[in-house]
Amino acid sequence: MTSKTVSIAITGAGGAGVMTAGQMLLDAAAKAGLYGLMTRSSGPQIRGGEAAAFIRLSSDPIDCPDDYFDVLFCFDWMNVDRFAAELPLRTDSVIIGDEAAKNPPEMITASVARQVMVPLSEAAKEIEGGRPNMIGLGMLGELAGVPLDALQAILEKVLKRKGQAALDASIAGVEKGMQVATDLESKIGIDLHLERKENQQTRWSLTGNEAAGMGALRGGVRFCAAYPITPATEVLEWLAPNLEKVGGTLVQAEDELASVNMIIGGSFGGVPSITATAGPGLALMTEALGLAVSAEIPIVVIDVMRGGPSTGIPTKSEQSDLNIALHGLHGDAPHIVTAAQSISDCLFTTQWTVHLAEALQTAGIVLSDQSLGQSRNIIDKPADLAFVAKREVVEAGVEDYKRYALSDSGVSPMAIPGTPGGEYVADGLETAENARPSSSAEDHYAQLDKRQRKLSQFDYGQHWAEIEGEGELAVVTFGSVTAPVREAIQRLESEGQKIKMISMRLLSPALPDKMDEALVGVKKLLVVEQTHSKQFYRYLRSEFDLPKDTTVLAKPGPLPFRPGEIVNTLKELG
Amino acid sequence: MDQVLQQKPLTFKDYKSDYKPVWCPGCGDFSVLAAITKALAELQIPREDCAVVSGIGCSSRIPAYTSVYGIHAIHGRALAAATGLKVARPELTVIATGGDGDGFSIGGNHFLHACRRNVDMTYVVMDNEVYGMTKGQASPTTASDWEGSKLTPHGTGVSPFNPLSIALSAGASFVARGFAGDPNGSAKLIAQAMQHKGFSFVQILSPCVTFRPEQTEWKKIVRKGEIEGGHSLAQAMSFLATDDGFATGILYETQRPVYAPEMSEKQGLADIEASFEL
Repeated sequence: MTSKTVSIAITGAGGAGVMTAGQMLLDAAAKAGLYGLMTRSSGPQIRGGEAAAFIRLSSDPIDCPDDYFDVLFCFDWMNVDRFAAELPLRTDSVIIGDEAAKNPPEMITASVARQVMVPLSEAAKEIEGGRPNMIGLGMLGELAGVPLDALQAILEKVLKRKGQAALDASIAGVEKGMQVATDLESKIGIDLHLERKENQQTRWSLTGNEAAGMGALRGGVRFCAAYPITPATEVLEWLAPNLEKVGGTLVQAEDELASVNMIIGGSFGGVPSITATAGPGLALMTEALGLAVSAEIPIVVIDVMRGGPSTGIPTKSEQSDLNIALHGLHGDAPHIVTAAQSISDCLFTTQWTVHLAEALQTAGIVLSDQSLGQSRNIIDKPADLAFVAKREVVEAGVEDYKRYALSDSGVSPMAIPGTPGGEYVADGLETAENARPSSSAEDHYAQLDKRQRKLSQFDYGQHWAEIEGEGELAVVTFGSVTAPVREAIQRLESEGQKIKMISMRLLSPALPDKMDEALVGVKKLLVVEQTHSKQFYRYLRSEFDLPKDTTVLAKPGPLPFRPGEIVNTLKELG
Repeated sequence: MDQVLQQKPLTFKDYKSDYKPVWCPGCGDFSVLAAITKALAELQIPREDCAVVSGIGCSSRIPAYTSVYGIHAIHGRALAAATGLKVARPELTVIATGGDGDGFSIGGNHFLHACRRNVDMTYVVMDNEVYGMTKGQASPTTASDWEGSKLTPHGTGVSPFNPLSIALSAGASFVARGFAGDPNGSAKLIAQAMQHKGFSFVQILSPCVTFRPEQTEWKKIVRKGEIEGGHSLAQAMSFLATDDGFATGILYETQRPVYAPEMSEKQGLADIEASFEL
């Protein structure tokens, strides 16, 4: 990203309105013609405790955090030190705090950044029903060049249910905050104003979890069974009312085992079906995923990854479910594994995966992660895509129906209950072509070949990876790490260096020919991933021919990759 | 053409596949298979509109022996798969089948929640108080002092699971017990269960002559039609307090709201997408 961006961290005690102020600032900025990203941070608890909203605003689309924050805005000092590692500051950053709040912690007093205290609580007291977070919102809006009308429009949208008095108090608070900030601009000594461009296209404000839900609907999903788990719950909470609107439904299941088996039932019935979960839930679902592969029943599981193993760090991001997604199923069970590369790509990748699972009658796992799922991004409205669920089915009156016929493509038409003549039993046991259980070596080989063949032969087009730039040095990555990698490469490009990026969207089946093509002319390779044990690198080595000169930048969660550290590694590689 | 083609009524044989069951000679499950196909014939369910869903175990092989749609799924999850199918395709007739190990041990949680959820489907459990497919270990319904298993040579020392009592407690709206030795009675119970609106549970005592040869005596012990429950939960509970497990009949039947979400399109995708706009 070569254009100017502004990064603001807002922290405070739970209930101080940190997330509300953050999201309003983001949405108002979008309304005023900016783009932005808001990631959120909290402790291992979901409610209560301290909270932080990390916002990055820009004149152009932006989808990863910057190296440093320009502003750290603290409503109070409640446990702000817990976020220390997540709050990189530099000498020209500014920390803004409330005059009324006592004793900044050492993390603040020892900081390299300058500190400016403002009368937050005092200003709030001057307004009936006024709240410091609205003063803060006004101040930050003014500093970043977000005008009052945009803030007002968002306040009206969000607060209309709370009544006129609440709305008036909030608007007064924001106006007051803007006044306070006018005096402040000279004190902080940095210009945070961003150039606003006229709205050319309709902009959307959405999280990765919402985007994944929308991708499912666009792909034709009409049934979901669900068990809540952080950080995947919002996919399900978003789908519940929206499935209902389009004539589908969501069942809250008793556990993850029920969820995945329910969607197997729904899909056997001919209705494209999905569930969403996170690491521990995916572990519980792996046996049933094998059934879907064996019985060739299309299903999709969205796995919003979090720190593992076990309960790990539920509210923080990591990519370490990769191994279980790729290898967790017992037996030889070829299936689809995809990875969303950005918040907006959660929509594309989910929709595409539904399409693939349906077309190939198999199980698909979409890898998202906490940093995509629970972050909010301002994006241009995505184009309509042609990918919809289209399953090969048999018509009524079929004779001598062979459910698992050994077709050339490996895909055999499915009979949907209600179709006379197509009656068969979907089975986790190995079967002959006619769906009868069989333990013969011949049938086993033939069906294993068929299930692998249909995945290997399919034409995935160009969507298997995003390939950008050229160069003898290349970076291979996947998922949410794509955005910081892309920004790192763009920064180096502006310094004249040429680097190629290969971000894999289709992780399994592996397409070695496509990777060979992508790696033509590449002499040095850097693999970047957010795991501790280099899961992605090991997978790449097992499936592809990599250049001899390949290095790995692997870092577990919960701290996000920032473009600067990737820039540094790339510079070392030359 | 004013001539209406008269279709011949379907008989129980029409619901059987030509696949030979893997069960041991004398297994009670043969009779339960006959009872299910007879019930389907009695109700004249079109074959293509019915699905039998099972988990893993001897009795869970039932779908393959029928000629309707079916899923032979994974261990313990028959009710979950059946629930998904019925909710997604409410017009289908869905029957889940399985054994006591599959249904009450690994699948115990799904059993409780299926009773609570009250999806309109029928669950037939062939109860032989033993794991037959893995050659004779104790199941949840096995008496605590049964020493026939190498895995628990001194007995399980664990109270047996009482399927009817648990079904009532969990909120099942139709609860019955049948006996494999009485295929006509079982067929009648299954047909009544299928006609019930809501989740219907039928336990069928189905002897395992291989690992529990003493169960051949059941035909002398079982008392047909002796359960007296009806529509009173209190009466049904009270009956179970002194029940020896060998009376058959309908224990309890009531009407309560069926879990069947309405599925009709109210809005297009564009309306939903508009909610992302600022």
